[in-house]
Amino acid sequence: MREAYGRALAEYGAINPRVVALDADTSSSTLSNFFEKRFPDRFFNFGIAEPCMIDAAAGFALGGLIPFANAFAALVALRALEQVRTCICYARLNVKIAASYAGVSDFKDGPTHHAITDIAVMRSLPGMTVVVPADGNEAASFVPLIAEYDGPVYFRLNRAATQPVSRPGEMPVIGKGIMRRTGKDVTIMACGAMAGRSLQAAELLAQKGIDARVLEIHTIKPLDKELIILAALETGAVVTAEEHTIIGGLGSAIVEVLGEELPVPLLRVGINDTFARTGPDPDSVMDACGLGISDIVKAALSVIKRKLY
Amino acid sequence: MTSYDDSTVTELRQMANRLRISSLKMIYQRQAGHPGGSLSAADIMAVLYFQVLRIDPKQPGWEERDRFILSKGHASSLLYSALAGRGFFPLPDLDHWGELDCHLQGHPDRLKTPGVDMTSGILGHGIAVGSGLALAARVLRKSYRVYVLLGDGECQGGIVWEGVNTCAKYKLSNLTAIVDYNDVQLDGPVHEIMPMEPFDDKWRSFRWNVIKIDGHDIVQILNAFEQARQVTDKPTVVIARTIKGKGVSFMENKAHWHGIAPDKEQYEAALLELQKDDK
Repeated sequence: MREAYGRALAEYGAINPRVVALDADTSSSTLSNFFEKRFPDRFFNFGIAEPCMIDAAAGFALGGLIPFANAFAALVALRALEQVRTCICYARLNVKIAASYAGVSDFKDGPTHHAITDIAVMRSLPGMTVVVPADGNEAASFVPLIAEYDGPVYFRLNRAATQPVSRPGEMPVIGKGIMRRTGKDVTIMACGAMAGRSLQAAELLAQKGIDARVLEIHTIKPLDKELIILAALETGAVVTAEEHTIIGGLGSAIVEVLGEELPVPLLRVGINDTFARTGPDPDSVMDACGLGISDIVKAALSVIKRKLY
Repeated sequence: MTSYDDSTVTELRQMANRLRISSLKMIYQRQAGHPGGSLSAADIMAVLYFQVLRIDPKQPGWEERDRFILSKGHASSLLYSALAGRGFFPLPDLDHWGELDCHLQGHPDRLKTPGVDMTSGILGHGIAVGSGLALAARVLRKSYRVYVLLGDGECQGGIVWEGVNTCAKYKLSNLTAIVDYNDVQLDGPVHEIMPMEPFDDKWRSFRWNVIKIDGHDIVQILNAFEQARQVTDKPTVVIARTIKGKGVSFMENKAHWHGIAPDKEQYEAALLELQKDDK
């Protein structure tokens, strides 16, 4: 996903001269260095100083530019959080935070480098928009949309290649979920790497005679309430799936909406209030911390039994 | 060195005094605010807003304007007094500071108050934000300058030095920082709470141009900004030695007056002292 993003940012930089890229000594990891190579005068490296990078991004936006601030999600959403709140959200500045290595995708570096609380934190900030693409193609498609979107955006990117779910040429819309699979028995609502896993889970459920709908909710905030409520109404049971703690992320956001509008049986698949661990590859780390395809299947089978109608 | 005629210097001195009176009145009326650090920075703000900054109250969003960031955002009553004095909004607005429907927030809010270039309040952000603003001028080939006013206690925070480092790396000669060095912070003297000396050496070792002045001497302040404009290969810091609570004898150098409002008797006594200086 990071390579698709990095190339897309560099390409878009050729179209929009107002875009600048910032990084915090991770340009060869976030792959903002594709942009750097093409536009050295519009690339700025702040060293290992994420708070300063975020403050400076606010300054670039004040000056009329569109900064993409690239860093590891774990750092930008924690160490630079006060900067994000005060100088970007409260000051309402047009800064795009490209938060790479999100979730447990930095499998080999372990929990210090995982970002499993960032969605919760970012979506609680007034004025922040939170976008989590599901695959490389979608990440690339979002770059121009986010650049041209008026206001701060937290763009959560995976280090790893994820199971593709989007079709070539498809254009996502910020704030609008995507029906990835039709179904009537239960709806799985997922974001990021869990979208592809949810589609695989739906295939396994089909073998058991269960017709699962899959919604990809790439925009956690503002949430596509209509699509979520309609799916809850039509299928009567919901499973949420995210590469994030179950506290405060996509699942919580959906529970907030359905709890108020249309309570239905619901189970959340996510990291269960614990830190993850180091592993040999992203998939095995995900499987080991409750994000397996089998976990989604199990949740779906369980929630269907509790259906009210 | 440019020489300034006596009338300019006298007018700026009187303006500084008026900013002090206005700030104190605002703090007294609201029974909240920060008198000590507003009084200490009044001469610097008078020189910036009434002589140095290239700004136009009729077009607060003018793209070529010089930018000012009040990094020590708690001196908001001083900034509001200067902005109203320059005509960015009506002077009577100052009487409504902190009311629910008033645009004047506890700390500066760029979205609510005309003329406020950047939201501030939590200490430490000014230089780092200013670095981005100064770099944007470079990318867009604009000639504006960026001025950042910060406190000495504020410099205890690490984010300040991340910004200082960045300005040095990019040789941001279009950015000038001013430190209101009054040596008093909320809990007591800066040199006891967390000593910052050797202060000017710190900035020098970060490859900044350092100018040390008496922050209550109008001519020295004017000359410092003039010198800063001549430097082309590095950012400048003006370390302005000041007196916290300057102009009100019982407030001077007292941490007690960092963030509390005077009562009626104290306010009237302070006003008498400041009005005597207004001659």
